[in-house]
Amino acid sequence: MAHPGKGKPPRVGDNPVFRRTLLAFVLVLVALMIVAPLVVIAVEAFSRGVGYFAASIADPDTRHAILLTVVTALIAVPVNTAFGVAAAWAITKHDFRGKRLLTVVIELPFSVSPIVAGVSYLFVYGLQGLFGPALQSAEIKILFALPGIVLASMFVTAPFVARELIPLMQAQGRDLEEAATSLGASGWRTFVSVTLPNIKWALLYGVVLCNSRVMGEFGAVSVVSGNIRGQTNTLPLHIELLYHDYNAAGSFAAASILAGLAIVTLIAKVALERQGAGRVQRPSQLAGADSITPEVKP
Amino acid sequence: MKIRLDNVVKEFQTFRAVHGVSLDIESGELVALLGPSGSGKTTILRMVAGLEYADGGAIYFGEENATDIPVRERGVGFVFQHYALFPHMTVGENIAFGMKVSKVRRSPEAITRRVAELLDLVQLGGLKDRFPGQISGGQRQRVALARALAVDPRVLLLDEPFGALDANVRRDLRRWLRKIHDELGITTLFVTHDQEEALDLADRVVILNKGKIVQEGTPEAVCRNPADAFVMNFLGDANRLDADIRGGKAYVGDVAFEAGGVADGSGQILFRPADVTWREDGHGIAARIVRVIDRPDSRRVLALTGSGQPVEFDTAPEFPHRKGEAGFLDIRRPRAYSAA
Repeated sequence: MAHPGKGKPPRVGDNPVFRRTLLAFVLVLVALMIVAPLVVIAVEAFSRGVGYFAASIADPDTRHAILLTVVTALIAVPVNTAFGVAAAWAITKHDFRGKRLLTVVIELPFSVSPIVAGVSYLFVYGLQGLFGPALQSAEIKILFALPGIVLASMFVTAPFVARELIPLMQAQGRDLEEAATSLGASGWRTFVSVTLPNIKWALLYGVVLCNSRVMGEFGAVSVVSGNIRGQTNTLPLHIELLYHDYNAAGSFAAASILAGLAIVTLIAKVALERQGAGRVQRPSQLAGADSITPEVKP
Repeated sequence: MKIRLDNVVKEFQTFRAVHGVSLDIESGELVALLGPSGSGKTTILRMVAGLEYADGGAIYFGEENATDIPVRERGVGFVFQHYALFPHMTVGENIAFGMKVSKVRRSPEAITRRVAELLDLVQLGGLKDRFPGQISGGQRQRVALARALAVDPRVLLLDEPFGALDANVRRDLRRWLRKIHDELGITTLFVTHDQEEALDLADRVVILNKGKIVQEGTPEAVCRNPADAFVMNFLGDANRLDADIRGGKAYVGDVAFEAGGVADGSGQILFRPADVTWREDGHGIAARIVRVIDRPDSRRVLALTGSGQPVEFDTAPEFPHRKGEAGFLDIRRPRAYSAA
C-alpha cells in the first residue's frame, strides 16, 4: 500500500501553500478595501477630539439629516418588503402571462444607475414633467421634499427583498402550500404558518440589505431632494455637503453615524439569526423520544 | 366513500393531459393508478383531490358532485410524493396542523390525544418532538400519512407513495400500508409507475397510457389477460415477434400460434421470458444464442431468431448451452395482437 509522502496535501486541492496564499490574498484585500476605510472614518471623526465630534453630531442640520434618513428608511423598507413578498409570491407560486418580463423588470433598478432614476423622477414629477402641473395645482409637493426622497429610495431598493425570496421560493415549490390547503388551512393561515416561517431568513436578509441601501442611497436622492440644508438633506447628502465645506472632521463624524447605523443593522440581523438558530437547535429534537422538554407551542 | 369519475378531461399544452377518464372506485377499495410518466395519472389524482380543476366531466364523492368543491372543503387526505412535511414544525405539530386549522373546533387536549393515537398507528410513538429533517425517509412517509389521516378524510390519496425510498423500505412500507388500509377501511387511491407496487398493494389496478384508461381490473385479471401490447409490455418483461394473422392464427415463419379474435393482417405475438423453452429437436422457432447472463437464481439467455429478431428467456442455472449454439424456441402462453 502506498504511503502518503511528506509534503503532500491530505486531500486534492488542499495544498497548504496554495491555501495560505489564497488566505493571505483575501486578508490583504479585506484589510485594504474594507477595514482601512472604516478605521479612517473612526480616526478622522475624532481627529479634533470628542468634543468636536459631539458638537458635529449635535448640529441641528446633522440631526435633521439623521432623522430624515431614518424616516425615509421607516417608510421605504416596509413598503418594499411588502412589495418584495407580494412579487416573489406572485412569480413563484402562480402562473401568468408576462411572468418572465415581470421578473426582469423587477431587477431593472439594479442595472439602472441611481442618477438616471433620479433624473427620470424629475421628468415625471418635476414642474415641466408629466404630472408636474397637476401636482402643483393640487399643491402636492413631491420633488425637493420627503415624498420624492422616499420614492427615489424605493425605486433603487425595489428588487432587494424580491431577489432574495424568488430563488428560495422557487426551490421550495408549491408542495407545502398545497399540503396546508389540503389539510384545510385558509390562504392567509397557509401564508402565516407555512410560507412565512420557511422564508423568514431570506426575507430578513433582504430587509437588511434593503435598509442599508436606503440609508446609504446617494445618487437618486441627490437629484430629487434639492439638497436643502436642514430640510431635504439626508445623511449621505449631508456628508458630502460638509466635505465640500472643508469640514472634514464634521463630515467624518456624520459618516461614522451612517456607518454606525449600518453596523446596528448588521448586529440586528445576526442577533435575530442567533435567536432563530437557537430555536432550531432545541435540545428536545436531538434528545429524541424520552426528552422532558415541555410541549411545543405553535 | 364511493368515488366516481365521469368523463373527466384536463387539457395541458404539454403532456400530463387527461382525455375523458371514467372510473368507479367502490367504498373501502384500494385502487392503483398505474402508468408511465406523462400518462396523466398524477393529474387524475390531483383532480380528485381538488388541487387541480377538471376542464370537463364531473367527479362525484358518493352522490355529491364534488367537481367544484375546493380542496379545503373536499375532505381528502393527500400524501405528496416528497411528503411536503412542514420543515419548521415537529412531527407532532405536523400531524396536529390539520386539526388546528380545521373549522371543527377541537380542544388542545383532544388534539394531543389524537396525535398520540396517530403516532401509535404509524408506529412512530417516540418521534413526536423530532423535526422532519431528523428522521428517515420511511419515517417521513409515515408522518405524512398520519398527517393526512388526522383530518378524518373521506378519501385517502397518495402520489407515488414509495417513490423516494430504497427497495427494502419500500417493500415493508407497502405491506404496512395494506395493513393500515384493511384496519381503517378508508377508500384509497394511489398513483405509481411501478407495476410491482400496484400489483402487490391494490385491490384493483387502473392502467393508463397517454391520458386514457387502457385497462382496469384485479391484479390477476390484468396479469393474465393484458388488453393490448402496451399493457403486456408495461406489466413486465416481454418479447415481441412480428407475425401474420390469418384465420385466428398468428404465424411466425411457419410456426402457428393461437390468435382468436385478432383481425387478419400484420400482427405481433408477445410472451414472457419465463415462457420459453430451449429445444434442439426442431420444435419451435429457429434461433441462435447470442449471450448468456448469469443471475443468482437463473440464467437469462439472449437469442436471435432466424429472421434476426431478439428474444430473451430465463432458464435454470444449469442451462448447458453457450453462445453461438443453434436451436429452437418453444413458446408457451403467447399473446397475439394486431400490429401497433
